[in-house]
Amino acid sequence: MDIFAQLIVSGIAVGGVYALIALGFVLIYKATSVINFATGEFMMLGAYVCLTLLTYLKIPFAVVFTFTLLFAFVLGVAIERVILRPLIGEPIISVIMVTIGLSSILKGLAHMIWTADFRSFPEILPTEPWDLGFAIVPSALKWGFIFAIIGVILFTLIFKYTRMGIAMRANASDQQVAQSMGISAKVIFALSWSFAACAAAIGGIVIGNISGIHPQLGLVGLRVLPVVILGGLDSVGGAILGGFIIGILENLAGGYINPILPGFKDVAPFIVLVFILMIRPYGLLGKEIIERV
Amino acid sequence: MRCGDFKDTYNKDEAIFQSVFVKIWLSLFMFFLLVFPFFANEYVLYMANLIGIAIIGAHGLNLLTGFTGQISLGHAAFIGVGAYTSAILITRVGISFWWAIPMAGLMSAVVGVIIGIPSLRIKGLYLAVATIAAQFIFEYVFMNWEAMTHGIRGINVPDPELFGFQFDTERKFYFITLFFVVAGTFYARNLIRTRVGRAFIAIRDRDLAAELIGINLFRYKLLSFAISSFYAGVAGSLWVSFMNIVTPEHFPLSLSIEYLAMVIVGGLGSVLGSIYGAFFMVLVPEILKFGTDPIKNIPVFQHIFAPMREVVFGSLIVFFLIFEPQGLAEIWRRVKNFFILWPFAY
Repeated sequence: MDIFAQLIVSGIAVGGVYALIALGFVLIYKATSVINFATGEFMMLGAYVCLTLLTYLKIPFAVVFTFTLLFAFVLGVAIERVILRPLIGEPIISVIMVTIGLSSILKGLAHMIWTADFRSFPEILPTEPWDLGFAIVPSALKWGFIFAIIGVILFTLIFKYTRMGIAMRANASDQQVAQSMGISAKVIFALSWSFAACAAAIGGIVIGNISGIHPQLGLVGLRVLPVVILGGLDSVGGAILGGFIIGILENLAGGYINPILPGFKDVAPFIVLVFILMIRPYGLLGKEIIERV
Repeated sequence: MRCGDFKDTYNKDEAIFQSVFVKIWLSLFMFFLLVFPFFANEYVLYMANLIGIAIIGAHGLNLLTGFTGQISLGHAAFIGVGAYTSAILITRVGISFWWAIPMAGLMSAVVGVIIGIPSLRIKGLYLAVATIAAQFIFEYVFMNWEAMTHGIRGINVPDPELFGFQFDTERKFYFITLFFVVAGTFYARNLIRTRVGRAFIAIRDRDLAAELIGINLFRYKLLSFAISSFYAGVAGSLWVSFMNIVTPEHFPLSLSIEYLAMVIVGGLGSVLGSIYGAFFMVLVPEILKFGTDPIKNIPVFQHIFAPMREVVFGSLIVFFLIFEPQGLAEIWRRVKNFFILWPFAY
């Protein structure tokens, strides 16, 4: 079997998951111009809640999944209301720092509740791998990809066609005009945060399924930053495109450079990130903001 | 504003030591700092050293983030660069600790400038992301550049020495730390009164307006990165010689966040704030440790200490940002004013 094809295929599978998590960043950025550095912790919490419900209540996965999304939704609204709302209009550094503080709190709480032990998901879905002929996709990656793609399509459709989604886009394009048309910015902010939390929770469940859960899972959230920046912070399409590019790139780096430089896979996206920031800071599909003196 | 507190020359208005009272108080405080190690035990001195090193690092970050308005989530990386430079110079090249400190500072400054170059084109959120990338890249370098850093095994560093005198205990090392803290504080306090410092503040308040009135944004932003990283390098260098060992896991992203927490809790854009913040943030985990001491042996609570630290750090950041964005420095000013004016509030 061709190693190159295998790397590309796993890259695409991982890229789907990255795209979903990146979507969480983009939703919040578009609505509120904030990068949520606690996205990773949202993922981790979603995964933990899902796992706990699964192991203790022993109810079907579909029910658990719905509950997890509900939890994420409420979490998003609560955090927006309690922590982000008072900081509207404050300098950008305060807002960034508050999400970092939030991530620290959530990480600590998860650590306290679930301890630092490594946990893995029970086998809830059929485990046979996907044989494409020229490459094999392991079952966890396969399901991850399916969930992620469904999530991405769903969120994109909501954003594009529903009343709510159009209101969110209006708000992103011009908050003042949107408000004068009767769109409540507060509702939009809350919705964006809860949608982002839901996207992150799905991402968390998927990643948890692939690699297990522990309180440091949130770091994956930061590893999605290159994806968001590459695609453009304010572009849904960019997040999806960026997800696949970084996923493939990371896997290629892992396959070809890791044997020479161990661990290079983890740092490769960040090296790309630095170059993107220097050459094209607004990303592939992001809106270019020109500011000149 | 205090009543009866008026100045008749600009020089008086700009003075660092505004009144005779301040001078007396500061001299007493300096005297206290000099004699207190002779009465304190090893543990207190150990903490004092950690606080001192944290103060130096926090000064650096506050100059960059608090005064120039450039967010850095990679401060730990700069501290790490300083630490490793110093460790490698001392153990491989064999130069003394006293030369290694400025070299470590310079090395960090160079790295800081390189990381700062993107800051010309990007700012705010993007800069935060760029510095996070730097943090991860340097963590990787510390871990994997075996030939230089010895990877996970780390480097052992001997105690500093001056004319045959070994600084081998906490008490002796305290005086080195104290010297650098005082020098660093004095420099920072003076820097913000100069043209450079004012340029920094102008950039923070409105970068475009600053450029319009003739401040070269690129030069001053890079200068800010350089000075900030120099402080970080010195802090890292001191830290290495104090701990006698350096390993990659000493400079994680959480250390960068801890430093940001220091400057935010202490007070962004206040030199005194960095000191309060560093003091506070180093002591909080210790207080927590004592607080959780009685319940430590109950099995249920055994794993609670480490995460509690994270929760408390995060809560402090969130709390201060929402309720007291000017930090401890502002609280201190208010309390002071209350007593100065008491019992008449105006």
